[in-house]
Amino acid sequence: MSTEVQTSNWRLVQIGRIVRIEEGPYAGKLAIIVEVIDHKRVLVDAPSCTGLVRHSIPLAHLILTPIVCKSLPRGARNGKVTKVWEKEEVDNQWNKSAWAQKLVAKERRRQLTDFERFRVMVLRKQRRFDVRKAAAKA
Amino acid sequence: MSNKSVPFGSGTREVPAQKASKWYPAEDESLPKKVRKTPRPTTLRPSLQPGAILIVLAGRFRGKRVVYLKNLGNGVLLVTGPFRINGVPLRRVNARFVIATSTKVDLAGVDTDKFDEKYFAREKESKKSNEEKFYEGGKKVKGKSTPEARKEDQKAVDAALIKTIKQTPQLSSYLASNFALSKGDRPHLMQW
Repeated sequence: MSTEVQTSNWRLVQIGRIVRIEEGPYAGKLAIIVEVIDHKRVLVDAPSCTGLVRHSIPLAHLILTPIVCKSLPRGARNGKVTKVWEKEEVDNQWNKSAWAQKLVAKERRRQLTDFERFRVMVLRKQRRFDVRKAAAKA
Repeated sequence: MSNKSVPFGSGTREVPAQKASKWYPAEDESLPKKVRKTPRPTTLRPSLQPGAILIVLAGRFRGKRVVYLKNLGNGVLLVTGPFRINGVPLRRVNARFVIATSTKVDLAGVDTDKFDEKYFAREKESKKSNEEKFYEGGKKVKGKSTPEARKEDQKAVDAALIKTIKQTPQLSSYLASNFALSKGDRPHLMQW
C-alpha cells in the first residue's frame, strides 16, 4: 500500500498576497499585503489611484484572492507597491477571474429596471424551453 | 361695528348701525378657532412623468402595469392599460398607490384634453321611494353597460398608444403581464 503526501494548496497570508476588503470604509477594494503584523492583523497597501490608504486591518475583514505578487519585498513602501502592482497586472488578472465577473454580473442584476427584469424573465424561459427540448430529443 | 349718524334735536348724533343684542349668553360660548392653513396643491413625485409605465398597487387592477397619461390634480392620475393589451380602461388612480417605473412611452398623438374629473363623474340616479324599492327587490339587478361614448374614447386613445408601444419589442407583453413579488424580492432595494 502506498500513500501519497501532498502539500496543502491553501491560500496563505503572505507578503504580496492580493486581498479583497469586505468590511469597513474600503469594502469592495483590492489591496496587497505588505507586512504581517500578527496572527490576526496585516498591513495592506494599494496604488494611490485606488483611493486606499496604507493601514493595518484585521484578517477577519478581508478575503484572500488566488493572486500573489511574489516579487514584492517585505515592508515595501507605496512607490514599490504601485510598480509591482502594474508590472504584475493585478487589476487585469482580477478582472479576468470568474469571481470578479460574478460580482459585476451581480451588480448589474441589482441595477435592472422593472422592464429589464421582465426581459430577463422571458429570456430565461426561452432558455429553459430550449434546454428541455434538447434534453427530450437526446 | 360701524356707526351711522341720525338726526337728533337740532343736530345729528352717532348711533351704532346695528343695535346691540338685549341679551347676552349666560354661559361663555367658545369661538371656533380661525384656520390659518391654506390648502396647497399636491406635488407629485418627480418619477411620475406622463408617459411613464406605472404598477398599480391597490384596487381592482392591482398588479397591473399601466401607462400614465395625465395628472388630474389632487394626487389623482389618469391611466390606461391600454385596454386592448391588459384590460385596464381609462381610469383614475391615486398617485400614492402606484409604483412609477423608469420605462416610458411616447405620448405623441394621444389626445387627453377631454379627460378631467367631470368626465368621470357618475350619473345621478333619481331617488326612489321606499315602496318602489320594496317592489323592485324581487327583480334582477341589471348591470350597467359602458356608454358607447366611453368606448369610442378608449379606442381613440388605445389606437395612438399601441402604435408607439409596438415599436419597442416585448413592451406589449410587458404591459400585459402582472407584477408580483416573489421569494427574496426586496421592493425597497429594487430599481424601477
